[in-house]
Formats: sequence, structure tokens, C-alpha cells
Amino acid sequence: MKYMMFVCTDPEPDPDRANEPDIDEWVSENDALGRRLQGVVLAGRSTATTVRVRNGELLVSDGPFAETKELIVGFDLLDCADLDEAIDVARTHPMARGGRIELRPLADFEQ
Amino acid sequence: MTSKNPRDAAGQAAAAAATEAYPRIVATLIRITGDWTLAEDCAQDALAQALERWPADGVPVNPGGWLMTVARNRALDVLRRATVERRKLRDLAVLALTAATEEPAEAEEVVDDRLRLIFTCCHPALGLEARVALTLRTICAVPTADIARAFLTSESTMTRRLTRAKSKIADAGIPYRVPTGRALTERLPGVLGVLYLLFTQGYNADGEPAFAGEAIRLARLLARLMPGEPEAAALLALMLFQDSRRAARRDAAGNLVTLDKQDRSLWDHAAIAEAAGLLAGLSDGLGGGLGDRPGDGSYAWQARIAACHATAKSTQDTDWPRIAECYDALARLQPSPVIELNRAVAHGHAHGPAAGLALLAQARAGGALDDYPWALAAEADLTARDGDHERAAELFRQAAERAHGESARRALLNRAGELEP
Repeated sequence: MKYMMFVCTDPEPDPDRANEPDIDEWVSENDALGRRLQGVVLAGRSTATTVRVRNGELLVSDGPFAETKELIVGFDLLDCADLDEAIDVARTHPMARGGRIELRPLADFEQ
Repeated sequence: MTSKNPRDAAGQAAAAAATEAYPRIVATLIRITGDWTLAEDCAQDALAQALERWPADGVPVNPGGWLMTVARNRALDVLRRATVERRKLRDLAVLALTAATEEPAEAEEVVDDRLRLIFTCCHPALGLEARVALTLRTICAVPTADIARAFLTSESTMTRRLTRAKSKIADAGIPYRVPTGRALTERLPGVLGVLYLLFTQGYNADGEPAFAGEAIRLARLLARLMPGEPEAAALLALMLFQDSRRAARRDAAGNLVTLDKQDRSLWDHAAIAEAAGLLAGLSDGLGGGLGDRPGDGSYAWQARIAACHATAKSTQDTDWPRIAECYDALARLQPSPVIELNRAVAHGHAHGPAAGLALLAQARAGGALDDYPWALAAEADLTARDGDHERAAELFRQAAERAHGESARRALLNRAGELEP
């Protein structure tokens, strides 16, 4: 199954930052196992632009669409056997401790 | 319950055999078809047929095999008649069902399907309430209306929640599997937590009594299927100790009777003996002088505390120093304001009300117990035993104001009344 892994900040990170996993190791390990199909880091909050169309009219505004303390800072596309494997991939990402991670399967319209 | 009427007796035997066999049928059908709703519907159909036929025809030699055959044939019918949409899945399921042998290969099954079902229903990616509801519905076959009542919601809302939970299992790829290794160590406490929550839902003053029995049945199953996990047996022991007091917990008017005032001859001594046996089994081997082991979990300590109460002849006769010691261990293992509160009460009995009040003040320091009626009730009780009846009565009245549920409120007001001149 394919999962989108959203990497987010969190106002309450793990206070214990000893032995934090290394992001480069995380990337190369999961790439080698074929579990990470692609992934990027996004530019900062100040660069975000939100686009809406309402009644045919374009509305462009500054900033991310959700004004929360949890900001999406990157994402990785995973290919895993099931949710438990995806959780195992997510838990070893440094931002699981420094922030939080949301796992969402890609919608499956084939079934 | 027994009956003189042979037809009734046959009916009860049939119902017991069918209930015992049911979870395995659902669990196996889910593994084979991957379709929770289909599995549940077909298992329910088979169960209904069994309850209709077995009382007259007699319970078959292998009730599980009989139910499995009926349920499987029903599933095949439904799948063959189903229209094209999910054709690929459907064809796979038909193939798997046709290949499945007449009888479940119990001895060959490396992992019991029921265990898979329990771990999947209790997966942490589902909301806590969904876990409890799904466990009740899928494994225990409790009617949705009864579950809805316990959660104070309508049947249609509960049906939607159950459907949503089953969709999440399929759509998010929650595996139908018992985790192994580190993952098992991480997941088991969550499973035990759901079972204990289910038990307390049934055991609480205003709960659904049948849930306590279902929780005990599941804990018994889990302890049998996971003999290498002492916390599973400890949880079963804890439930049995608590449930043994069921008949003594209410007076004729339905009011809650506190432990110190219960008629101990009404306790279920067979359940107490079974629980004590389980606890003794845990403490075999490595144990120190008290039968404790360094790796003991929180259910082992809670069960030991319950054992002290269950085997005492009266409140005065209770081994309070041992209970206080168990709470010390529990508080180290699982620090929480409520455990600190109970620890203070235990020390109050073991080492005098002043010692209890000192620990209680510590427990309340963080403010977490400010609105908790039982913290006030504990302070009231310790204050009364320390000699200040006037202050104690006032504290009991404050506790009553904050209590949830009429029976608890009445019990607290009675305590206040008893202290007044």
C-alpha cells in the first residue's frame, strides 16, 4: 500500500533528544528497502501561498491554509505492506521526536 | 443457571457451545475473505441456525466445525450472488473459501485467528471507543443497540461508528496479524487496557453488567492463547477478584455497599480461588520472598492488592501493610494521581490516618485531584479516623456534590450523616 507521510512540527517535541536518529541514514535505509518512493523538504511557512476559487473568483492569500502550530515541513511517499510497517518507518524518522508525523494511505479507486 | 426442563437445559447447552465457538468463526472468515461485515453477517446467520436447531437435534460433536461449514456456505452464496463491482476481491475470496477445509485446522493453526481478531480490534490506530465497541460487536456478538446504550448514544450512531472503524481497518491497511517481538511488547498493554475498560464499563455502578462477563471471557481466552504473557493472566485474576464481589456490592434498594460493609459470605469464593491460583502461577520461579518478580507489570500488582481484599475476613483483618507495599510498587511503575490517592488510603490503614493524610496532601499537590470526589471522600475518611468528625462530615458532603451518579452521591451523604451527632 502507498502511504503519504506528512512530516510536521509540534509545539511539544520530545524533551529527550539523545540518540536522535540521523535523517540521512533514515533516507538511505528506506530507499534501499524500496519503502520510500520519494520525499522532499518544503520551504518555510513564510513562503506559503493559499489559493481558492469561490464563485468563479480567484482568491490568493499569504500563508499556509491552517493557522496552527503544527506546520507541514515535508513529506515522503511510502510503499509498505501495511499500516504497521508504515508506522515502523515513521517512528524512526527524527521528526517523530522533534515534531509529529501523519500517515495517510492514498485513496484506492481500483477496488 | 440450571433447569429441570430438559428442553431448556438443551437450549442452554446449545447456546453455550455456540457462544464459545462464535469468535473463531468470525475470526477465520475475516482472515479468509478480508471482509469484516460479510464475516460477521454469516457468522451471525450460522449462530441463529444453531440456536434454532441444536436444542432439538442436540449439540454436534464439533460445534465449531458445524458453525464454520454453515457460515462458509453462506459466505459463498453471498459472494457468488454479489454483483460485479469488487469482482477481483470476490473471486479471490471464493477461491479461498472453497479451498478452506470442512473443519478449522485447530492444531495446525500457528496463530489462533481469534488472537488476530483481538489485536486488530484493539489496534491503536483506531479510537479508544471504536476499539471497545468493535471488540464487543465482532468478538462477543453483543447487539449494536446494547453497545449504543452503554456509550449513551443512538443505535444508528453506533452503527455508523462501527462501520467507520471497519472501513479504516480496510482503507488504512491495518494488518490482520498478531505482532511479534518488540511490537508485541508494545501492543499487548493496549489490548489488555481495552479489555479492562470493557470490564469496568460492566462493573461500574451505572454500567452494562453483561460487559463484565464478556471481558472476563475474553481475558480468559487471551490468557489461554498467550501463556507466555504473565500480564494477561494477571488481568484475568484482577477481573475475577473484583467480579467476585458482584452480589455483595448493592443492598436491597440498589445502593452501593462499600467494601467494609459488604456481606463477605456473598462473595464468589470459587472465582476468588481461581484468581488466587492464577496469581500463584505468576509468582512461581524467580520470585523474591514475597512472590514478586522484578518484571511484574501493573496488573500483577493490582491483582495482588485485590487478592489482599478478597482473602481478608474483614476490613480490620486485611493485610494493609502488604497493600501499602503493593501500591508503592504500582506508583513507581505507573505514576498517576489516582494511584497516589489509593496509596495514601492504604498507608492510612497500614500506618495510621496521619501517615495517610500526609501522602494524600502530596498526591493532591499537583491539583489533578481537585474535582475528583473520591479524593475528598478519602480525606474525609482519614480525617474522621483522626478524630475530627465535624470536618470529616463537611468533606463527605463536598465529595457528594462532585460525585457522578445517584448511587455514589447517596452513599457519600450517608457517610456524612453517620458522622453527625
